[in-house]
Amino acid sequence: MKSKTNNLFYFIPYGLWLLLFVMAPVALIVYHSFLNLNQHFTLDNYITYFKSGTYLMMTLNSLWYALLITVATLLISYPTAYLLSNLKHKQLWLLLIILPTWINLLLKAYAFIGIFSQSGVANQFLTFIGIGPQQLLFTNFSFIFVATYIQIPFMILPIFNSIEDLNQSYINASHDLGATSWQTFRKVIWPMTLPGVKAGVQSVFIPSLSLFMLTRLIGGNKVITLGTAIEEHFLITMNWGMGSTIGVVLIVAMVVIMIFTGESKTRGGVPK
Amino acid sequence: MTHRFKLSNLYLFLVFAVLYAPILFLIVFSFSQGDSMSHFHGFTFSHYLALLNDTRLIIIVLQTLLIALLSSLIATIIGTLGALGINQTSRPITRNSILSLNNILIVSPDVIIGASFLIFFTALKIPLGFTTVLLSHIAFSIPIVVLMVLPKLRELGTSMVSAASDLGASNGQILSKIILPYITPGILSGFFMALTYSLDDFAVTFFVTGNGFSTLSVEIYSRARQGISLEINALSGILFLFALVLVVGYYFLNQYQQNRRLKRANREEDIL
Amino acid sequence: MKRLLSLLLGIAAICVLLAFSANKLQSTSGDSSAKVLNLYNWGDYIDPALITKFQKETGYHVNVETFDSNEAMFTKIKQGGTSYDLTVPSDYMIEKMRAAHLLKPLDKSRLTGFANLDARFTNQSFDPHNRYSVPYFWGTLGIIYNDQSIKPEEVQHWNDLWQPKFKNKIMLIDSTRDVLGFSLVSMNQSMNTTNPAILKAAQAKLNRLSPNVKAVVADEIKMYMTENEAPLAVDWSGEASEMIANNPHLHYVVPTEGSNLWFDNLVIPKTAKHYKAIYAFLNFMLKPENAAQNAEYIGYATPNKKAKALLPKSIRNDKQFYPSDRTIANLQVYSDLSPHTIGLYNDLYLEFKMNHH
Repeated sequence: MKSKTNNLFYFIPYGLWLLLFVMAPVALIVYHSFLNLNQHFTLDNYITYFKSGTYLMMTLNSLWYALLITVATLLISYPTAYLLSNLKHKQLWLLLIILPTWINLLLKAYAFIGIFSQSGVANQFLTFIGIGPQQLLFTNFSFIFVATYIQIPFMILPIFNSIEDLNQSYINASHDLGATSWQTFRKVIWPMTLPGVKAGVQSVFIPSLSLFMLTRLIGGNKVITLGTAIEEHFLITMNWGMGSTIGVVLIVAMVVIMIFTGESKTRGGVPK
Repeated sequence: MTHRFKLSNLYLFLVFAVLYAPILFLIVFSFSQGDSMSHFHGFTFSHYLALLNDTRLIIIVLQTLLIALLSSLIATIIGTLGALGINQTSRPITRNSILSLNNILIVSPDVIIGASFLIFFTALKIPLGFTTVLLSHIAFSIPIVVLMVLPKLRELGTSMVSAASDLGASNGQILSKIILPYITPGILSGFFMALTYSLDDFAVTFFVTGNGFSTLSVEIYSRARQGISLEINALSGILFLFALVLVVGYYFLNQYQQNRRLKRANREEDIL
Repeated sequence: MKRLLSLLLGIAAICVLLAFSANKLQSTSGDSSAKVLNLYNWGDYIDPALITKFQKETGYHVNVETFDSNEAMFTKIKQGGTSYDLTVPSDYMIEKMRAAHLLKPLDKSRLTGFANLDARFTNQSFDPHNRYSVPYFWGTLGIIYNDQSIKPEEVQHWNDLWQPKFKNKIMLIDSTRDVLGFSLVSMNQSMNTTNPAILKAAQAKLNRLSPNVKAVVADEIKMYMTENEAPLAVDWSGEASEMIANNPHLHYVVPTEGSNLWFDNLVIPKTAKHYKAIYAFLNFMLKPENAAQNAEYIGYATPNKKAKALLPKSIRNDKQFYPSDRTIANLQVYSDLSPHTIGLYNDLYLEFKMNHH
């Protein structure tokens, strides 16, 4: 019974935040999504969205690239987090993973332009090892590379935290019972670190859906995502209605993703 | 065994090299005599001198750091309380809907959040400036804290808490002696990610700031049209080194204290 | 628990320290006095030395806040909650702000030095008789080429960009009006056309340019061009001057058949409060020596005739940034189109960007 009162106490500031800074803005966005340029109520924005090939194409693009970025981030982050957790000063190394994120994103993007450009360091290296200069900028590779670069700390952190809690005795037991390293990983380590992986995927995939700046800066606008469209509707055409409509679509997409990666089934599934 | 060890170190080295490459690039160019980040023009300290004389920029840096630290601190407290609350809800549907609401600010593009916060604040007749920026930063940092803390709470499970409660521990004791120590890594990750969000944000801050208050991100983005001067590189370099020294210093201080405490505890044991 | 508490206290202490030192710095630079001017400007768009000079001469303290796009600035002014005294919108935005009643008219009797301005750059369509705005800088849209691989005679006209030999060689500035605009000019149409059929034709023509387009980028185009990432670009003169300063192989051409003429003008938004300071600042910036100093610092073309005369010969006679009268006569200023037409422009442009891979 006492947990009920506790719950209330926990929820007061958080609930206030939800009400004022989440529900109120969402209500505003939903309201705007039903307004046309003349501020009249209309369903046109939604009709435009679902009837126009351009927007559906953008939606697919966004999902696809967010997926690619998340997979790339996960592939790099999981081993990194694992290896980090074996180091002596692991907490320090973890902090050093976060540190680069405190430098302004625009500046880092400019640095990447310098590194990847025709006469940049990356191409000088490629020339040096005999491959010769390549077009690196404005390719899917460079776009996903830089996006992954930015998201890595957001993935490493939760995974690292869950690996930290791995009970070494389970791993030892698994080895003692004759399991191979791969079996140990698949049957013991991976399931036990799954909550961290999920948290990481959520904090990488969801924001990646609405990337816009990197698609232009590094991708040269070869990939147009929903983020680009929203940016244009809010800041160029000033058609807040259409921009809000895309925002609503993004929120709905997020909720769907949450349901799929949610823990309704795996709740309590962590082996104890 | 040694072979595998080396391979894993090489992997970590590569990850860190990539993470720090653009920052190194920025710092190298802060010493270039030219005024853009292409072609190094010979060594100079002039950008650092220009920075020292730029009182306006220094004030902006102080304001940026103040907002970042304060908003992250408050967001961490509210977010942790929220995560504790969410963790105690028993119905998966409630949990998932709260989590979906929680993630809305992560998925919504900054322009949308910024614009709706602006409408929100002006409707309430709150003058734009420090307060509104602080509130907004707290608002968009809370969800990432929740995402970082929640997996730790889930790993903690209920067995330990109910055992303590069976042994007669009060709610306060359970929180301070069992839950908080266990989820501390999650709380710290949340704090650091909140810092990242705050330091990096441009669009939201832009919309809700006013009356002479500005942050570094707003300043950097609005300089893009005229070209970002190397003075900004110099500034980033200084801030980066400062953060590095702070992080490393904090870590070793902490270690030193922990060692001392451990020794003292051992001594006491010996005496007993 | 102890660790968390000590961290909390530590961070709180740092916050107090930061707040204290920020306040201290602000008060030493004279912020708290009643004599202030709140300038809302593009980032790094005024010589800081001029601000210092103005503060010394008049005793007013200038607070500078910055924005990065006309539309974002518009939203801020419209929503209120701020107290900006002066801001610097571009041409079409002045028209839009005027229509939205966001501007205060100028009191010409309090202006000295308006006559210093070049008559070719006053009394423009977006602000007849300059009732609301004082020209600050002006410029054009044009073609930037790298003389290492492009000969000047190859790119004198917009239509030259469509040559097959420029495959994958052009960078475009990410701007709806400008990209559709040069396509329209190349078809001998107005850059302000509202005719959907003509706009569609302009888009179709742009789609044929796609194979030549390497990327569509924004401010970072300066970095790309100085880094030789592409030999050709379509961009504004202001950006071009910045690139040329960093890479002597780059040159700027305004096609003689026509292009865009743009302005950034000083205006008084409805949020203004400090009128004495406003006019002191406007008059200060109209002084030839100050306008000239600013033009040299920013690198854009000044509309101040007397200031231009004070500039070094190499700048003053540079045909790239101060084009001939004949070229200027063919330039067109953007007008603020209806939201519906802007929507059409934007949809067509977005489709063009989607089509180029």
